[in-house]
Amino acid sequence: MQNLLLLGDEAIAQGAIDGGISGVYAYPGTPSTEITTYIQETTDKREIRSDWSVNEKTAMEAAMGLSYVGKRALVCMKHVGLNVAADAFINAAITGINGGIVVLVADDPSMHSSQNEQDSRFYGKFALIPILEPSNQQEAYDMAYTGFELSEKLGYPILMRITTRLAHSRSGIIRKPQKQQRPISLPTNRKQFILLPAIARQRYSALLAAQSEFEEQANNSLYNEYIDGVNKKMGIIACGLTFNYLMENFPNGCEYPIVKIGQYPLPRKKIERLIDECESILVIEDGYPLVEELLKGYTGKGIQVKGKLDGTLPRQGELNPNNVGQAFGFTLEKDITIPEVVKMRPPSLCKGCGHIDLYESLVKVLKDYPTARVFSDIGCYTLGALPPYTAIDTCLDMGASITMAKGAADGGLHPSVAVIGDSTFTHSGITGLIDCVNDNSNVTIIIVDNETTAMTGGQTSSGTGKLEAICQAVGVDENHIHVCEPLKKNIDYIVQLIKKEISYTGVSVIIPRRECIQTLKRKKK
Amino acid sequence: MKIDIILSGVGGQGILSIAAVIGQAALENKHYMKQSEVHGMSQRGGDVQANLRISDKPIFSDLIPLQQADLILSLEPMEALRYMPYVKEAGWIVTNETPFKNISNYPNEADIEDEIKKHKNHILINIDEIAKEVGSARTANMVLLGAALPFLSLPEEDIEDAISAIFEKKGEEIIKLNIKALRAGSEISRNILNK
Repeated sequence: MQNLLLLGDEAIAQGAIDGGISGVYAYPGTPSTEITTYIQETTDKREIRSDWSVNEKTAMEAAMGLSYVGKRALVCMKHVGLNVAADAFINAAITGINGGIVVLVADDPSMHSSQNEQDSRFYGKFALIPILEPSNQQEAYDMAYTGFELSEKLGYPILMRITTRLAHSRSGIIRKPQKQQRPISLPTNRKQFILLPAIARQRYSALLAAQSEFEEQANNSLYNEYIDGVNKKMGIIACGLTFNYLMENFPNGCEYPIVKIGQYPLPRKKIERLIDECESILVIEDGYPLVEELLKGYTGKGIQVKGKLDGTLPRQGELNPNNVGQAFGFTLEKDITIPEVVKMRPPSLCKGCGHIDLYESLVKVLKDYPTARVFSDIGCYTLGALPPYTAIDTCLDMGASITMAKGAADGGLHPSVAVIGDSTFTHSGITGLIDCVNDNSNVTIIIVDNETTAMTGGQTSSGTGKLEAICQAVGVDENHIHVCEPLKKNIDYIVQLIKKEISYTGVSVIIPRRECIQTLKRKKK
Repeated sequence: MKIDIILSGVGGQGILSIAAVIGQAALENKHYMKQSEVHGMSQRGGDVQANLRISDKPIFSDLIPLQQADLILSLEPMEALRYMPYVKEAGWIVTNETPFKNISNYPNEADIEDEIKKHKNHILINIDEIAKEVGSARTANMVLLGAALPFLSLPEEDIEDAISAIFEKKGEEIIKLNIKALRAGSEISRNILNK
């Protein structure tokens, strides 16, 4: 079949389409966004349900509903999104599934576009379910293609973990024949999905009993390969993408035995063979030292295990061919650095962006209030932290602007200002706003509405056209909900508006609304 | 055949279109290829790069190791220098000489040029000017791709076919303009090389 040039993300999307999904559920988040975008752009919505979800938790739960009726569902998110979906995700391992579910989580070691480098494999281990971790685009396609059948065969959701490097790297993909979607077929056991303690205990017991089968599957998995080598001084365990960095250092073949890992739980038989035959073990894994800690144990006694914990590999940041090479003592003859003339070029708000006008107004207001603090959130407007604005003081997680501003106001801070984007507001801001209303907290909340999910490239935003209605509905006084247009000519007006609402004791919402300059440009093309 | 290319520029300049054209042509030629890109926050005016690897044998790493790139192809001169640790001693730097100044501490242009000239194999071109001569400032990326053609070991017709395929939806005029830009870039770098 045709050789398609696809990003890792797109390969997963194509694999899931060909693997017979009936729906994809996702909230945009770098580096996972392009999976859902690809499905939206290449399939008919009547065939495969693909609109954006309001957040990762609603995505995971809706996918469970689709699975309940016997159909296959893909759920996609970035690593921190799994924190949001965790309640549903962990319990989905207790209920098990009906139609196959693959939960695709894209981690971001090196924090190219994230707040942390958490390693989603821990979530898979925590939930006690199998994990797939592809080493290249073709494996990403293949795993997505067969992942739903694996999920159905075992009766549990599958976690598929990738990292930024694979998500955003392109390569040729060979497709497989497209599978039919599954018809509606309701669960045979009507109690399966009712997690009352008595039933949950039975389900948990079944999940524990299934562990040996998961391990057996991993032992026999094509993705867990034992590649023998002549030099037994060291055995190597290479997880996911890191296998490529290893092989890049051994273009004529590696002399050490390797266990290439693509499916968890770890394939015990292959790992034991490696430990039995080799004098030491090197673990290469992107993210946290999950496998290394398992093998090393608390005491570190037994076979010597090298990796991130002993400094053989860097603990922080993504791996690459060079830092993996250094684990073997391969160094470059000359050390070439970036010339001093080169300056940093951090990302910045686009020329003409409405956030600029809002921040210019806000900075003017705050000059008069030296004690004021601005609690912000996750999106393009987080760039307001950088000069020339330096207008915000926090960015914790999706939605925390409103709730942190509330807590600070509870503690006596005034003015306590929140700046949150429209998409982040519907993702996780509304619940916090209800807390503010119920407590009549003295906060000024600015919902910067560019009518899109901008940072990830302009996906639809769940609150577009509904923000004032939502604020009113949760109990914000309509006299303290204001909409304005962030433009240079309106700065004086916006300054006065913010000042007025800061002087009001209670919950105020100001909505500066102007379409994202990027989505506007695209429409004009 | 094996070529490792680092494409660089500033978010929004269009380095990914260059990568897409080369990638398409490489695939048509049955080569293996891997192309690692930057998406996300940096695309908002930050420094961006793509690692493009083409080979007649399977490629492992999506990332090019230090000091192994055959070519740095850059739409912005300071951004070319950012990847100096990656280029081979005998590798080439082909870069636009027009700076993109969106930071307040942008260095002196002459200092950047001097630094580029320290690397023996370099081609500095005023890409923006040629693009305007061709007929549209927006073809700058295709001018740069043209200037890189002598180093790509891919047939020029295949690159042109790839342009036609990628810009198909935008119509015949846009395709013609981009191919004209490609040829203009190619002519300039061949003239420099033949000197």
